[in-house]
Amino acid sequence: MSDRQSSNAYWQANLRIIYVSIAIWALVSYGFGIILRPLISSIPVGGTDLGFWFAQQGSILCFIVLIFFYAWRMNKLDAEHGVDE
Amino acid sequence: MSQFTLNLLFIGASFALYIGIAIYCRAKSTAEFYAANRGVSPVMNGMATAADWMSAASFISMAGLIAFTGYDNSTYLMGWTGGYVLLALLLAPYLRKFGKFTVPEFIGDRFYSPTARIIGVICLLIVSITYVIGQMTGVGVTFSRYLEVSNSTGLWIGAALVFCYAVLGGMKGITYTQVAQYVVLIIAYTIPAIFISLQLTGNFLPQLGLFGTHEASGMAFLSKLDMLVTDLGFREYTAHHNSTLDMVLFTMALMIGTAGLPHVIIRFFTVPKVSDARKSAGWALVFIALLYTVAPAVGSMARFNLTATMWPGALTGDTYSQPAVSLDAIETSPDLAWMRTWQATGLLNWEDKNGDGLIQYYNDAATAGPVVDMAASQALAGNELTTVNNDIMVLANPEIANLPGWVIAIVAAGGLAAALSTAAGLLLAISGAVSHDLIKGTLMPNISEKGELNAARISMAASILVATILGLNPPGFAAQTVALAFGLAASSIFPVLMMGIFSKRVGKEGAIAGMIAGMLTTILYIFAYKGFFFVAGTNILPDTPDAWLFGISPASFGTIGAMINFAVAFGVSAISQRPPAHVQELVESIRVPRGAGDAVAH
Repeated sequence: MSDRQSSNAYWQANLRIIYVSIAIWALVSYGFGIILRPLISSIPVGGTDLGFWFAQQGSILCFIVLIFFYAWRMNKLDAEHGVDE
Repeated sequence: MSQFTLNLLFIGASFALYIGIAIYCRAKSTAEFYAANRGVSPVMNGMATAADWMSAASFISMAGLIAFTGYDNSTYLMGWTGGYVLLALLLAPYLRKFGKFTVPEFIGDRFYSPTARIIGVICLLIVSITYVIGQMTGVGVTFSRYLEVSNSTGLWIGAALVFCYAVLGGMKGITYTQVAQYVVLIIAYTIPAIFISLQLTGNFLPQLGLFGTHEASGMAFLSKLDMLVTDLGFREYTAHHNSTLDMVLFTMALMIGTAGLPHVIIRFFTVPKVSDARKSAGWALVFIALLYTVAPAVGSMARFNLTATMWPGALTGDTYSQPAVSLDAIETSPDLAWMRTWQATGLLNWEDKNGDGLIQYYNDAATAGPVVDMAASQALAGNELTTVNNDIMVLANPEIANLPGWVIAIVAAGGLAAALSTAAGLLLAISGAVSHDLIKGTLMPNISEKGELNAARISMAASILVATILGLNPPGFAAQTVALAFGLAASSIFPVLMMGIFSKRVGKEGAIAGMIAGMLTTILYIFAYKGFFFVAGTNILPDTPDAWLFGISPASFGTIGAMINFAVAFGVSAISQRPPAHVQELVESIRVPRGAGDAVAH
């Protein structure tokens, strides 16, 4: 039973990390890159605006950081809950 | 040394390398054939995934897609990279923990249903076969352009090469050739980009050059490009023109489609541990980003170079400060020899419609702006650069920028590496579905390990033959890779995998109903606008933004198909039985990483 509870707590913690990461994933691509572009268009980046930068470069860099952050955070979580390999 | 000898030398050397690896990495068991014995390091797998993923389309076509549309086609950049976040967070680690060999196998076990597994196989085959035809035609085109052989000879040479390392080595051989192919293709892509960025912006990093200064005019490069294209009556490069809703849905369809592509998913079965699968997705994206952050620079700079070639005044001053390039220069000048080379391939063409001895390149559909006055004052009878194929932006790039012959030869080897590596990954997914899911899983469950390995090799050989024949005579649907392959992967495969991991409530009835609903609605929506089985003239509605339902293009519908899949699956599951206890246990077990190593012995 304690095992089941621990794995349940582990899974809930994992889901929370996923929710936050997915929110950032959506914000930098669909948000800054597309929908919110008019709102941040006053910030200039090399001949264009910040939204264009996010759409063509910034979102991809954020995606990389997100995956490595998730991998690092999950390794810690695995160890805390004793489910690491 | 002639250009032909250089091309032969570079392509020949790269092929010798691939064959050497194939002989070194022969597969001796099914675990080696399907999953490289789960012994690939996360960085190596990341590199192999990048080559597996970046196809002839990424290498040859994407920069051109961005070049001629500008900001609106950022969808490809975000869509084809953002899917890796979904893979790393939602699919790869859990499917690695499951520890089997194919995607339909997971669907069959998790939804305790051979029917679900067969539907998975059907989706996989439609997606992968559509995809592989494009790669095979890409191989044929590249060969015929650079080695002066016929299209079909080129295709058979490519097929013979894939046969060597895929049949002998399976996943193991494919993995290490893909690593080599990644190195070749990334060098081939970045070298011309660095040269061009240096020439135009003085910055050797194309990623920074894109947002840097155009040295000759002193303006920001993108402002200069915007000015140049709007002067000629084209749409502003950096501005947003298309429907925002469709842009969001299309990006989403590409992202979840990417995450649902079986040939990408199975790459994550080759790493030793669950934590390696997460890390490996990050490395894959690093290697992919090396090309994907260069592509928008290549596209915009190549478009600038091409346009400034047509209007030499634009290089330093106003677009119309000098007359357009003369017909005489195009036909005799050594600097413009590349135009004559590419005219021969049909990718580029011009015609002096008004007979003034100049070739004016402009948008003859424009109704306002300086271009209208220019066209009137020069008595133009229409745009005179009559053909500019998207692909020329990458293929002719080194020649437009006057780079040395060895750079051109590297680009040829890189284009082949991109097409061959993706073809091999797809063929492995196809042959695995046939030998493991159909033969071992359904028709002959008692087949021995050795028998299955032979079956896997024979299905690989047969898949290569079928793909080559389809590549020689591409059917109509081959041009619809984006709509059909990504649409189906998004609407059928991605949702069922995600529900299999994140829901314990969805059972076989829900999964089967969801997959069928997602797949059918997506296919029907595409057929309604593109024609049934893409036969011209059989479409019910015209394929124009006004006729699309809520302005949703057929290629974006995968996102809606996925929503339908989720909704139907949860709806049906609410009124059907809970999955049995052993399936609940299975879901519990794939959610925790510990014990993944045990699956190796399976």
